[in-house]
This record gives sequence, C-alpha cells and structure tokens, in this order.
Amino acid sequence: MHYSFHWRAAFLALPDMLEGSLVTIEIAVLSIVIGVAFGILLALARLSQARIPKAVALTWIETARNTPALLQIYMCYFGLGSLGIYLDSFPALLAGIAFNNAGYLAETFRGGLNAVPPTQMRAARSLGMSAPQAFRMVVLPQLFRIVFYPITNQMIWAILMTALGLTVGLATDLSGVTQELNVRTFRTFEFFSIAAVLYYLIAKFVTLGARLLAWRLFRY
Amino acid sequence: MFTATLSWNDMLFLIEGAGTTLVITLLSLAGGTLLGLVFGLVRAGAPWWLNAPLGAVLDAFRSVPLLIQLILANAFKPIIGLPWSNFTVACVVLAVYGAAYCTEIVRAGVLAVPVTTRRAARSLGLTWRQDLTSIVFPMALRVALPSWIGLALGLMKDSALVLWLGIIELLRSAQIIITRTQEPLLILSIAGAIYFALSFPIARIGARLERSWNDRD
Repeated sequence: MHYSFHWRAAFLALPDMLEGSLVTIEIAVLSIVIGVAFGILLALARLSQARIPKAVALTWIETARNTPALLQIYMCYFGLGSLGIYLDSFPALLAGIAFNNAGYLAETFRGGLNAVPPTQMRAARSLGMSAPQAFRMVVLPQLFRIVFYPITNQMIWAILMTALGLTVGLATDLSGVTQELNVRTFRTFEFFSIAAVLYYLIAKFVTLGARLLAWRLFRY
Repeated sequence: MFTATLSWNDMLFLIEGAGTTLVITLLSLAGGTLLGLVFGLVRAGAPWWLNAPLGAVLDAFRSVPLLIQLILANAFKPIIGLPWSNFTVACVVLAVYGAAYCTEIVRAGVLAVPVTTRRAARSLGLTWRQDLTSIVFPMALRVALPSWIGLALGLMKDSALVLWLGIIELLRSAQIIITRTQEPLLILSIAGAIYFALSFPIARIGARLERSWNDRD
C-alpha cells in the first residue's frame, strides 16, 4: 500500500462543506414542502371522479414511482430545454426531487385518506359540525398522524437525493462542494468520507427531530 | 441535411444499455438478497451485542447517498490495490446497499411469525433448521415478498447512478445519444419509457400479491 492519507486538508475544508450542508438541507426542505402540496392535490385528484385530473394524477404518480429519480432530474435539466425551458442546476434539481416526492407522497396521502373511517365524518356532521369544520378538526388531525412518519421517511430520501445534484453540475450543495474540492486536490477518498459522515449526521439529525416532534405532537 | 435523427442503431444502443441495467440489477439483487437473508436472520434472533452493531452499520448504508457510496468505493479500490473493474465495484456497492434494506425486510418477516408458532413447531420435534425452512420461511415470505419486490425495483432505479463510474447502462447510453442527436426530451422519454416498461408490470404484480394475501387472512 503506497497511499498516504491527507486528512488535514480535508478537515480544513470543513467550513465550506458545512455551508454546503445548509444548501443540501434547504433543497430537501423546499422539495418536501412542494412535494407535500402537490402530493395532497394528486391524492385528491386520483380519488376524484373527474377523468382528466385523475389521468394526470395517475400519469404523474406512476412516472415518479417507476423511473429513476436521476432520470427525472435529467428530464428537468436537459429535457425541458427542448421545450425552450432552460432551468439552472439548482431549480432543475429541486424540481426533479419535488416531482419525485409528490409522486410518492400522493400514495401516502391516498392511504391516509382511506384509513380515516367515513363514519368519523358522519359522526362529526351529526354532532353539528359543518363539512369543512369536520374535515379540519376530525379528519385532518388523524390523517396527519398517519402520514407523519412516511413524510419524515420521504424527507430522508430527499436529503439522499440531493447528492444527485453532482450529476447536473450543482456546485453549492454538500456533494457539489465536495466535488469541487476533489477536482482541485484529487483527494477523493478523504473529502467524500467527510461528506458521507455529514450526510449521515444530517439524516440522523432529521430523524431525531422528527421523533421529538412526533412525541410532542402525538401524545394523548 | 444537417439535422441528426434517431437511427435504428441508437435504439439498439439503448436496448443494450437496458440489458446492462438489468444485469447489474440482477447481480446486485442476488448478492443483496443472500447477504440480507443472513443478516436478517441474525438481526431477528441474535443477542443485542451482535444485533446492535450490525444494525448500526447497515443503517449507515441507508443514511449515506448511494452516489457517495459509489464514489467512495471507487476511490478506495486503488488505495488497497484491489484489481476490480468498475462494473464489479458498482455491483458490490449496490449489493451491499440492497443488503442493508433486505436485512430489515427479512427481519420484519421473521419477527412477524408468532413465537408461539415456532415453539409449537419445536415442541412437535422439529429441529431448529426444520423450523426455519418449513415453518418460518413460508410464513415470513407472505410478509416479506411485496417489500422485496419493491426493493428489486428500487435497485433497478438506483442502478442508474452507476453511470458516474463510467458504466454505460440505460441512462448513460441515452446521454451518449443525446450528445449526438441533441434531442434530450425525446431520448430521455424513450429511456424513461423503457424503465417504466420494466418496472410498472412488476410493481403491479407486487401490489396484487399484497392485496390478495391480505384479503385471505
């Protein structure tokens, strides 16, 4: 073995990489927020009787679930150019991940909506609540409890997916910053080891935060 | 005369790429399932001092992006002087990544078999091995198979990432054709359609299995 590790240079770059981590978290959070919004709309469209919204929702959901996330990101970055839409790597990555999140979360919400028994709604209505009131005060809290864990799971997925920004030339997120350092120094193993540790810590941090939040929100 | 069009050769090139994607998926799925089966049985029955570290290590593989794992493995290979091709590295990384998920699937399946059933089997005179092969596995399979199908499809989609190591699989071959024809939307749509055609029917079969097995209980 003739390789000597150079960890010092890698640790000196830690502030830059931490800054990149913030961008990674930013992309993940934004993509989840957009994903949840579109996911609810898709779930409602899928359950509705109207044909066109239903077809759009089905196409979106099945495409998101049955093609690689990387292909979806490429579609946003390279593919949309054919339509005259030129996205930068940041919005392209964000759009790709949000598209993917929405597809997966739509199925989660559909399952959640089916899991709240319709008798609950009827009971609430017979107690004198209006329909929106009953939805907000009876259905939504139960739905939220059911979908909370899958959403945090999807959040972890979103964090891991942000590393794909590398392939569309994003240089500001954690993997992008690491790659910049890598091409300058060729210390691939050292830099990417630290990136791996940071990704791990971000994922654990999010899991822990979600668990604390669930404990605070969902106790009876 | 200056417009490049999609030729039959390009389609063949894409199909060849799809073949590579399938080979990588099947190899890593086989390796991942084998490893996952062993680890899953350990996770389901071993004492905590073996269980906890194994769980933590496998969890790390699920908490670091696959792309970073591929880059790390590829950089680590020359450091320890391993004479592996990029293809082998990609398959091994994907297999270990798959094993991390398969372990939890197997574990959940085994733990879904009631302890009383296993005790009854043992008290009827079955050996540990007989209990495992003729009681636990058939019952665990019902719980685990739908998730395992999900894992197989997940590996196929994640295998697109090996393009970073210069392996020409489906998505990379699409990218190569794009550099010539300059029609990204069309070519990516075709590549997406191929992925969809491979994934969607299997996903439907998995969903149907899950539903029919749930109904029977």
